[in-house]
Amino acid sequence: MIIQAAGLDHQALNAALRQSVEDCRIEDCCGQRFIAAGMKDKDITITGIPGNALGAYLNGASLTVCSNAQDAVGDTMNDGRIVIHGNVGDAAGYAMRGGRIYVKGNAGYRAGIHMKAYKDKVPVMVIGGHTGSFLGEYQAGGIIIVLNLNTPQERIVSNFPCTGMHGGKMFLRSECRDILFPDQVTARPANAEDLEELRPYVTEFCALFDYEAEAVLAGPYTVVVPDSNNPYHQMYVAN
Amino acid sequence: MRREGQIRIPSGCAIAAVISKDGNKMTGEKIIASMKPMHDRSNGLGGGFAGYGIYPEYKDFYALHLFFDSRAVRKECEAFLKEYFEIVRSEIIPTRKIPAITDEPIIWRYFVAPLHSMLTNLQLDEAELVAQTVMKINTGMDGAYVFSSGKNMGTFKAVGFPEDVGVFYRLDEYEGYSWTAHGRYPTNTPGWWGGAHPFTLLDYSVVHNGEISSYDANRRFIEMFGYKCTLQTDTEVITYIMDYLVRRQGLTLTEAANVVAAPFWSTIERSPDPEYRARCAYLRTVFPSLLITGPFSIVLGFTGGIMALNDRLKLRSMVAGEKDDRVYIASEEAAIRVMEPDAERIWAPAGGEPVIVHVKEGAY
Repeated sequence: MIIQAAGLDHQALNAALRQSVEDCRIEDCCGQRFIAAGMKDKDITITGIPGNALGAYLNGASLTVCSNAQDAVGDTMNDGRIVIHGNVGDAAGYAMRGGRIYVKGNAGYRAGIHMKAYKDKVPVMVIGGHTGSFLGEYQAGGIIIVLNLNTPQERIVSNFPCTGMHGGKMFLRSECRDILFPDQVTARPANAEDLEELRPYVTEFCALFDYEAEAVLAGPYTVVVPDSNNPYHQMYVAN
Repeated sequence: MRREGQIRIPSGCAIAAVISKDGNKMTGEKIIASMKPMHDRSNGLGGGFAGYGIYPEYKDFYALHLFFDSRAVRKECEAFLKEYFEIVRSEIIPTRKIPAITDEPIIWRYFVAPLHSMLTNLQLDEAELVAQTVMKINTGMDGAYVFSSGKNMGTFKAVGFPEDVGVFYRLDEYEGYSWTAHGRYPTNTPGWWGGAHPFTLLDYSVVHNGEISSYDANRRFIEMFGYKCTLQTDTEVITYIMDYLVRRQGLTLTEAANVVAAPFWSTIERSPDPEYRARCAYLRTVFPSLLITGPFSIVLGFTGGIMALNDRLKLRSMVAGEKDDRVYIASEEAAIRVMEPDAERIWAPAGGEPVIVHVKEGAY
């Protein structure tokens, strides 16, 4: 089913989506928020610019955006997949707790802020380009992967990555010599075990956006994990 | 109803701007349309626009836009203005009656030139006399409020959604080389016509999304230099800071941006550029009280250009785009796509990194 978004506000657009029993294509989207919020099923393709909080609380549906997306893509997403063929704004994957987000281009500030994981719920976000400052801020779980495939002359991540990170894992396709990490995390070159963990996500990314997976997997990769013995040691009080 | 300055309620907002680097004129229609996809960022308690280059036939005169509560205060204000200025034209600002905009005050504009005798007597330059007059009216004359005071530019603002405010003020009938716009979601103040954005002084106008946490520190500093913050809204203090830094201290826009959105010391120390390190360290040392903390994205309008700026932590969204001679700024890409569906090079400037666009010399 094709939904013409022009002239519809976010409530009308989401009502049309919910009423549909088949997969949907939203055309000429222009800033409507909360698209597919909480949806469990359906495959949804979007042309135009979806508004903030695309796929918020997404619970199993699959979203594909043909251009850029705005802020807070996949906010508190629980399951499903979001594929963005352009760039995303700030706070992508905000408090995400499951599912996967694949972005071909760049991410803004605070990608993966407050990502978390629980038992078999492990969210994954793969960014094909570079990211703004505060990547993985307060990250508590899940996996963030940044590839910097498009503009290798740019720094893979801007200032203050991993601020407050206390769980989860980050893979950066760079030696990260020019990146300053905070004291409570460890950044080290990826080992064979890390690369095996990385492989399925990079393979899926490359299949989606037509990259050569083995070339992208060749790295080099830096892995960042929190020093888990006591991440809050003396952060607030002398403990 | 209580007004700005009488109450503080503990923001979401929308901003947008367009400028032609070649000085080509645009009506207000596109900038009005840009606010529609961002409707939900406002709550109907304020909208406004600033247009530059809109009064070419009066470009040598200061255009004062005022709200009056009554005819009596208008007469009183005119008598006061005539002591310092020649009023070459005085008229009601034309508006459309529409159901969405109600309770309007008396909205008037004057094109004025400072009296030479007064400038000589007071030993002030023109701009300073106009700035002081604005401060005097806005702090001392109950029921009168100057909301625009630049040359060949004008601010238009009201309580309402911005797309309605633009229709109300007939902005489709004005042509300017740059426009800025704001949709308001007031969170600290009740929402009054004078409290809508843009905030202006002389030809500086500011539209702002955010809430600065350094308001009182900034206010205490800036009030030492004759500015009076009357509305408790943080945007007012940003306007005065920019006027102070750029007009009175003679800083460049980049330097002013480095003052208000100063990089962290750790960022300064790690920069490979010695000139940058020296400049930022100097500005942070000389103007520590003008560091603006807390979330903001702003567009500063001025004669011949605009500057867009985010706070250094980038706690508010802002994107920019280009097409031919035009540069577009907005809180959301959707707003840019409404103005120019084929906008190219959409990018998100980093926190504290100013986007400065000038109209080419001689074209404005």
